[in-house]
Amino acid sequence: MSATTTHGHAAHGGHDAAHGHHELPFWRKYIFSVDHKVIGVQYGVTALVFLFFGFTLMMLLRWQLAYPGQPLPVIGKLLGENAMPGGVMAPEFYNQLGAMHGTIMVFMGIVPLAVGAFGNYVVPLQIGAPDMAFPRINMVSYWAFLPGGLLMLASFFAPGGAANSGWTSYPPLADIATTGQTFWLLAMVLLITSSLLGSINFIVTIVQLRAKGLTFFRLPFFVHAQFVTSFLLLLAFPPLEAAAVMQLMDRLAATSFFLPSGLVISGEPLRVAGGGSPLLWQHLFWFLAHPEVYVLILPAMGIIAEVIANNTRKPLWGYRLLVYSAIFLGFMSFVVWAHHMFMTGMGTTMSTFFQTTTMIISIPSVVILTCFIMSLYGGAIRYTVPMLFATAFLPMFAIGGLTGLPLGLTASDIYLHDTFYVIGHFHYVVAPGTIFALFAGIYYWYPKVTGKQMNQTLGKIHFWLSFLCINGVFMPMFFQGMAGLSRRLYDPTIYVHGRAIQSLNVFISWSAWGLAIAQLPFIWNFFASLRHPKAAENPWQSTTLEWAAPSPPPHGNFTTPPVVYRDPYEYSEPGRSSDFHPQFAREA
Amino acid sequence: MDETKYGFWFPPDVSTHGVQIDQLIDIVHWFMLILFVGWGTFFVYCLIKYRARPGHTATYFPPKAQFTKVIEVSVIVVEVLLLFGFSTPVWFRYKNHPPAEKDALVVKLVAEQFAWNFHYAGKDGKFGKTSEANMSGDNPLGMDPEDPDGKDDIVTVNQFHFPVNKPVIVQISSKDVIHSFNIPVLRVKQDAVPGARIPVWFQATQPGHFELACAQLCGLGHYRMRADVLIDTPEDYAKWQAENAPPPAEPPTSAAPDNQQPAPQK
Repeated sequence: MSATTTHGHAAHGGHDAAHGHHELPFWRKYIFSVDHKVIGVQYGVTALVFLFFGFTLMMLLRWQLAYPGQPLPVIGKLLGENAMPGGVMAPEFYNQLGAMHGTIMVFMGIVPLAVGAFGNYVVPLQIGAPDMAFPRINMVSYWAFLPGGLLMLASFFAPGGAANSGWTSYPPLADIATTGQTFWLLAMVLLITSSLLGSINFIVTIVQLRAKGLTFFRLPFFVHAQFVTSFLLLLAFPPLEAAAVMQLMDRLAATSFFLPSGLVISGEPLRVAGGGSPLLWQHLFWFLAHPEVYVLILPAMGIIAEVIANNTRKPLWGYRLLVYSAIFLGFMSFVVWAHHMFMTGMGTTMSTFFQTTTMIISIPSVVILTCFIMSLYGGAIRYTVPMLFATAFLPMFAIGGLTGLPLGLTASDIYLHDTFYVIGHFHYVVAPGTIFALFAGIYYWYPKVTGKQMNQTLGKIHFWLSFLCINGVFMPMFFQGMAGLSRRLYDPTIYVHGRAIQSLNVFISWSAWGLAIAQLPFIWNFFASLRHPKAAENPWQSTTLEWAAPSPPPHGNFTTPPVVYRDPYEYSEPGRSSDFHPQFAREA
Repeated sequence: MDETKYGFWFPPDVSTHGVQIDQLIDIVHWFMLILFVGWGTFFVYCLIKYRARPGHTATYFPPKAQFTKVIEVSVIVVEVLLLFGFSTPVWFRYKNHPPAEKDALVVKLVAEQFAWNFHYAGKDGKFGKTSEANMSGDNPLGMDPEDPDGKDDIVTVNQFHFPVNKPVIVQISSKDVIHSFNIPVLRVKQDAVPGARIPVWFQATQPGHFELACAQLCGLGHYRMRADVLIDTPEDYAKWQAENAPPPAEPPTSAAPDNQQPAPQK
C-alpha cells in the first residue's frame, strides 16, 4: 500500500509541476471534485448554510414561545397564509419548525461540518496522505449529502408542509403525517448513505495512508476522534436506514411495521393489517441516535485537543488516556440507547441495565474532561480566538454532561423526561459544546484552508457575544424543566406551571435573537478575511503534519512525502530554542 | 387553580412517592454543583496562573497528579451510590409494588388526538366492554351498549376526578398515536402507547385542582391536550360519582330489558 501511496504522490506532484498542462476543467476541479480539500470546503460551506438556516427556523419558533398567539411583525406576513395566517404562527407550522430545526442541525449541519468538512480536510493532511483512500467515493458522499439536504428543504413546499413529527419521527404519528414526512424519510436515506460512504473512506484512509513513521500512538487526537466517529457512523447508521425504509413502506406500501392493530384515527378505523410495534421504531432510531450524540461530540473533542495543545504550548496531559477513553466511549455508546425510552413502560430489569450503562459512559467523559483541564496546568496559555472557544467549551460541555445524570437515572427521569430540562441538557452538549468547538476549528484551520488569517478582534467580539447569549438561551431551560414545562408545546401558557415562568421564554427568545446578531461579525470576518495578505506558513507554530504542507495545500497536498519523527504535541521541549518541535522536522 | 404555588423550581408535590424523586433530583444537583464548582475553581486558577506572559514558559513534563485519580474514583463511587442507593430502589419500589387493585380506584384511560378519555367502572366495580367498532364522536371509548357491566360506567373527557389518600391505578392506552400521561404535581409520567395497556399508580396527599399535560408530541393539537386533575375529598368524590352516574335506562332507543339494575341515585 505504501508503494501505491508514494506512486500516487509522485503522480500528483507531477501534475502540479506541469502546472496548467493538465488543468482540469472548472466543473471537475470545483464542483465534481475528487480532491478531499475541495470536498471538505464544499461540505463546510454547505453545512454552515444549513446550520444558519436551521438556526433561523428556531428564531422564528422562539417568537411563538415568547409571545404566543401574537402576530409576528413584517416577517409573519411574508411566510404566507398557510404557515402564519394573519402573521400568527399556526400550530402545524410550529411543529414543522421544531422537527426541521432538529433534523437540519444534527444531520445537515453539525455532522457534515464536524465529519464531512473537518474530517475530510484535516485528516488526510494530519496523517500525511495525498488524498482520501477512495477519492471518487468521497465525491459521491458529498453528492448524496447535497441532494439529501435540498430534498429536506424542499419538503417545506410539499402539501401540508415539511415533516412535523419531531426530529425523532415517532410512529404512528409519523406514519400518518402529511407528505412532508415522506420527503424527510427519502432525504434521510440520502444523508445516511452519504455518511456511510464517508465513514468507510475515513477508516480505510486512517488505517492505510498514514505517512512513514506515523504510528497509531503518534496520531493527533483529532484523527483518533474521527476514527472512532467513523466506526460509530458505520455501525449505527444502517439500522436507521433500514428503519427509514420500513417507515417509508408503512406510509407508501401499506405495510404495518410500526402500526399495531385497532388504530382509530380521528374517529375512523385505520385500514391497515396491523400487528406492528410503535416501539420498534424507537429502538431502531435511538440505536443510531445515541451513538450519534458521540458522532457530534467526538470530533469536537478532537478539535479542542488540537487547539488546547497548540495554545497551552505543552503536550496534552494523558494523551493515551484520551485515546482509550474515546474508544471506550465509542463502544459504550451502543448500549445506552434505551435510556431515551424509560417512560415507554419498560420493565425494571431492562431499565436497570440501561441506567447502569448510562452511568458507566459518563466515566470516560469525565476522564476526557479531566485530561483537558489538566492540560492547562503548567501551560503558557495564549488566548487566541480558537483558544477562547476551546476554553469556553470545557465548562459548557461539563454542564451538558453533568445535567445528563438526573436524566439517566430512571427515578429522577420520571419527572424530568420530555421537559425543557432535556432540551437544555443536550443543547449544552451540542451547541455551546460542539458548535463552539467547530468555531474553534474554523478559526484555527482557516489559515490552512485559505492561506489567510482571520481578523482576531472581530473573532473576539464574536466569541464574547456568542458566549453571553448562548448561556442566556440554554441556562434558563433547566429552570423551565424543573418547573415541569414540557417540550414541543406550541403555547406553554396554556398550563399553570408554564404561565408562572413565561418570563423565561421571553428572556430566552431575546437571547436567541442576540445570538443571531453575534454571528454577524463572524460572517463578515469569514468572507472579508479572504482578502487579507498571505499569512505565515505555520501561523500557530503548530507541530502536527497539516502544517508541513503549503497553505492552501496544492492538489496532492505535500511537495515531498512527509516523514514523521515524533509524538504529535512536542511543545516546550526542554533545551530547545523554539517552543515547538514539529512531527515532521527531521533534526533531533 | 392556585397560581401562586408555581414558580421557578418544582411545582408542589401532592403524591406519596414524589418526595423520593424530588430528593434524588436534589441530591444529584448538589453532586453536580460540587463537581462543577470544584472543577471550575481549578480551571479558572489554571487560566489565570498559566496565561502566557513574558518570562513564563510551559512545563514540558506532565504534572504527577494523584488527585485526578481521586476525583475520578470519587465520581464513580458517588454514581454507584446514586444508582444503587437511590435511583434503582426508588424505581423498584415504585414500579414493582403497585397497590392491589381491590384497595385502589382503577381507572382506564384512553388517549386520543387530542383528548383524554377516562373510564370509571361505576358502582358495580366492573368495566363495560369496549371495542373499536363502536367508537364514534358520542362514544369515544366504543362502549358496548349491550353490556350490563357498562350501564353504570362513568366516562369523562379531560376531567380526571379521584379521591385523596387512596391509591389510584390508571391503565393507560391510546387509540391513535403515542401520547404521554404527565401530571407534574403527582410526579408521574407514562407514555400512552397504542396497542398496549400500561398501568401507572399514585396516591394523592391533598385535594386540589391541578393539570395533566401531554408530554409526547402527538400532532398539531399536542399543546392543548390537557385535562383537569381534580383531587377530591372522599365526600366530594362520592358526590361527583353520584351526580355523574348515568341515569337508569338512559338510551330509550336501545332494546334493553326492563329488569336492568338501575344505578343508585343519591
